[in-house]
Amino acid sequence: MSASSMKTIKNRIKSISSTMQITKAMGLVAASKMSKAAERIERSKPYFDILTETLEDIAKDNKDFSSVYTQERQGRTCHIVIAGDRGLAGGYNNNLFKSLEIAEEDIIFPIGKKVLEYFNGKQIYTKVYAKAADIKISDCHAMGKLLAQSYEKGEFTRLKLSYTSYVNMLVQEPKTVSVLPIKVEHTKEGMRNINYSLIIYEPDAESAFSNIVPHYLSGMIYGAVTESVASELSARRNAMESASDNAAEMIDKLSLEYNRARQASITQELTEIISGAENLG
Amino acid sequence: MKTFHLQIVTPDGLMFDGQAEKILVRTTEGDVGILSGHSDYVSPVATGLARITMENGDTKSAACSGGLLSVKGKVTRLVADTFEWAEDIDVERAKRAKDRAEKIMHTASEYEEKAAEIKLKRAITRINVVESIK
Repeated sequence: MSASSMKTIKNRIKSISSTMQITKAMGLVAASKMSKAAERIERSKPYFDILTETLEDIAKDNKDFSSVYTQERQGRTCHIVIAGDRGLAGGYNNNLFKSLEIAEEDIIFPIGKKVLEYFNGKQIYTKVYAKAADIKISDCHAMGKLLAQSYEKGEFTRLKLSYTSYVNMLVQEPKTVSVLPIKVEHTKEGMRNINYSLIIYEPDAESAFSNIVPHYLSGMIYGAVTESVASELSARRNAMESASDNAAEMIDKLSLEYNRARQASITQELTEIISGAENLG
Repeated sequence: MKTFHLQIVTPDGLMFDGQAEKILVRTTEGDVGILSGHSDYVSPVATGLARITMENGDTKSAACSGGLLSVKGKVTRLVADTFEWAEDIDVERAKRAKDRAEKIMHTASEYEEKAAEIKLKRAITRINVVESIK
């Protein structure tokens, strides 16, 4: 082994350890943001539970089927797809994209830069919300209103929401839920229910519905965004952690190699000196 | 007085979950008061003052906007976009938001003007709610 190979090994160790510093830092950043995101999910959870529960209750007891929000209509689907703004998060973005089923004429509502990149050339609803990290509840309200209007007009007749649901630190699952039309299941008991038509709507069922649906949409979107952000962060944290582990392992291997090379070159020098001295004598 | 189960939620969390004597909310059709034993009821909620009379008779005020009010059986739910108890409102922030919205109102596009109008309404409600408990 020569001094030059020692130098290459040393250089490689250097470059790997600087990569490791970056991955470690990214992992730490993701982990610290993570706790905040998990807290946000925890806080908003009761809202979504109660919101969906309330809406289902209303829909179940509703005898008025004329609302467009409960009707099945022919037409295309609008997909709200929520993913990250950046890569380096393991399979976070790709797992979601792979799980999607999108027909040719469907329209995409992207949230996240990566979604916009992935669906380049497809029909895009709006690019305004392409940055997932900045989405606030007020943005979700604006989206809810916009989508409800388009739905009423018939620009699309089904609305689906695709996001990555946060199970725990290690598990995140891509998920697609159908948001509109609201599926109402009228069971026979429901039909016989004496409370059936006794709900008082103010001003009337139709306008109550069209007033409430945008809030329902914005609530669903906000919930999906919070879950997706948490999923992205934990996916990134996990990816960076395993990258750092790999880097540490490589550094270990290379240092061993480096030490061997150094030892070999010392041995070689010694043999050269000794044999030189013998020749002199 | 008889009480009923009241839940108030916003995306920021569960603001109230317990027994109450009375709740007064501004709906899109005007102020509505709910007492125990109210029949099933659904209405969208507008921006305005909300007043809740607790189990012990104390009345608390809050600024509330957007969402829906629903009475279903024994449970009354207020699912709001924002809901802040009077003591939690940052008046300075509300005043700043009010000034900002007022400035935008006359210079912006139609869409922005609408957004500013909503913000202005919220800010004014917040300020009014704080003033009402002084």
